Amino acid sequence: MAIATEPLTEIAVAEKRRGYWGTVGKRLTRDPVSMICAGMLGLIFLAAIFAPYLGLPDPYQGSMIRRLQPFGTAGHPLGTDELGRDMLSRLIHGGRLSLLIGILPVFNAFIIGTLLGVIAGYNGGWANSAIMRTIDVFYAFPSVLLAIAISGALGAGILNSIVSLTIVFIPPIARVAESVTTSVRNLDFVDAARASGAGAMTIMRVHVMGNVLGPIFVYATSLISVSMILAAGLSFLGLGTRPPQPEWGLMLNTLRTAIYVNPWLAALPGVMIFAVSIGFNLLSDGLRSAMDIRN
Amino acid sequence: MLESTKDMGGPRQSLLSIKGLRKHFPVGGGLFGKKQVVRAVDDIDFEVAKGETLGIVGESGCGKSTTARLLMHLIAPDAGTIVYDGEPVGPSLSLRELRRRMQMVFQDSYASLNPRLTIEDSIAFGPRVHGEPNQDARALARDLLNRVGLKPETFANRYPHELSGGQRQRVNIARALALRPRIVLLDEAVSALDKSVEAQVLNLLIDLKRDFGLTYVFISHDLNVVRYISDRVLVMYLGEVVEIGPVDEMWANPRHPYTAALLASMPTLDPDARTQEAPLAGDPPNPIDPPAGCRFHTRCPFAEEICASTRPRLSTVDTAHAVSCLMYEPGSGHSRATGTRALQFEVVS
Repeated sequence: MAIATEPLTEIAVAEKRRGYWGTVGKRLTRDPVSMICAGMLGLIFLAAIFAPYLGLPDPYQGSMIRRLQPFGTAGHPLGTDELGRDMLSRLIHGGRLSLLIGILPVFNAFIIGTLLGVIAGYNGGWANSAIMRTIDVFYAFPSVLLAIAISGALGAGILNSIVSLTIVFIPPIARVAESVTTSVRNLDFVDAARASGAGAMTIMRVHVMGNVLGPIFVYATSLISVSMILAAGLSFLGLGTRPPQPEWGLMLNTLRTAIYVNPWLAALPGVMIFAVSIGFNLLSDGLRSAMDIRN
Repeated sequence: MLESTKDMGGPRQSLLSIKGLRKHFPVGGGLFGKKQVVRAVDDIDFEVAKGETLGIVGESGCGKSTTARLLMHLIAPDAGTIVYDGEPVGPSLSLRELRRRMQMVFQDSYASLNPRLTIEDSIAFGPRVHGEPNQDARALARDLLNRVGLKPETFANRYPHELSGGQRQRVNIARALALRPRIVLLDEAVSALDKSVEAQVLNLLIDLKRDFGLTYVFISHDLNVVRYISDRVLVMYLGEVVEIGPVDEMWANPRHPYTAALLASMPTLDPDARTQEAPLAGDPPNPIDPPAGCRFHTRCPFAEEICASTRPRLSTVDTAHAVSCLMYEPGSGHSRATGTRALQFEVVS
């Protein structure tokens, strides 16, 4: 009996060594939808990063005689825009800025919002009221309006639109962080840790963070698509990037006049935003279920 | 390895001496409403002797668990002093040091383990906080797993959700012992377990108590379990101590009408001795606004006018047996207040 069960135990132990995030990663790789999304996003990211080395035509080089060429034109597989610039090249180069202003604000807000939310949730009482009521003020404004207002006040520019989007995303992330932390801190294992004589910082680091970062991270990933759309909106309004820089939101704006002439061409930047948004949304869904390890 | 703390005042000095412990929780009110308080624990006094098991029993909401959390200072007491082996907590004994000497096991075995930590890490956390090197803490954790009957090779690297309720509670016990405490508070520690597992864990607790020279405060609503494990029993009602005494004597001869009713409510296997009617009628009164005088007078079969106005004191009726009832205070004005001898209750036990 003992001999028969021993090897099984060994295997079980070997599998446990992987640790929590290792197990989550393994579960995520088994999910086909997540893997397709990750592959698609990876391709878009790599293309954006290595855009200058792909041998693409100059995205700024226009031509007055080759405007709004259809798909499949010689030398321009995705046609040309309203100033005769190569669409494929502009879409790939546009990803550099679009992805940056889509992800950076969420990343910043994830750090600041998590910090605020965890402090508020763990301490409760007075600190909680002070932080959370301040954050509630931001909820009075619709997020698009808030982003436009802050961007407008700071002035147009990429850096300013990143700052304004960061401010827009701090409240929802802080609120999720606060509610997750509040529910975790009321569990007995936090009391047990306090009963071991551990200080607040140690308990937050060892017992609270590990249990709250996952859900907050999943929520933040789902905000990346919102951020991309808001950033595109800001550029569309002229508050983000400025022409002639390639950026998907701005391209959507400048191509809108071509929508009656060549609607498929005008839709291309929108397709890119859609693909990245849906990719992040499905990936965060997959991550959520991969992290629910009890099933 | 952390050493168990030395005995200070000799075997006759109480390990814990609690005086006037009080916790009132504010409820409702809000910004403009009237401030109200729940009198969860209201000026209770008791002692825990070295090496004994003190059972604490009472209905839900009587303040049993609050008392345990107050002793651990997981919630701050409003008033009262706690003296640990001659050292008052606060002035001469720091909270951190108290929490090394006193540990607690909670009822919910799953919620009391961090789901992201392995069993070994959970047990080793306390010693690490107290400065134990990582390797020693892990070795200690594995040793303790062995002591509570879980093979370290199999369990050390598992996560809480991979264990059964009984196994998890063994882990919680090991975690409590990792700091080498002298006293362990067991707050309904076996209540959530199956009867067969409960018996195994109870026997494990008894073995550990002998091996480590522990003292237990055992909180439970299960009177059979309390009788099995306890040396003395403390009965609580609405945040107050109504009776405290040796378990056998109290079972044979309950003094307080509430204790008698509590014991009479125990189910029996003897069909001839079945409880025919409820020993107590009604719910306990609201602890926000407890009855004046004796808190039990609204449900007491012996209540008289005097009980509604005079608050009884906890007074000794026998060596080591104290009760808080006007019937045992000579000259209190209660018609049955004849002295300290036990009244005859019809008790089924």
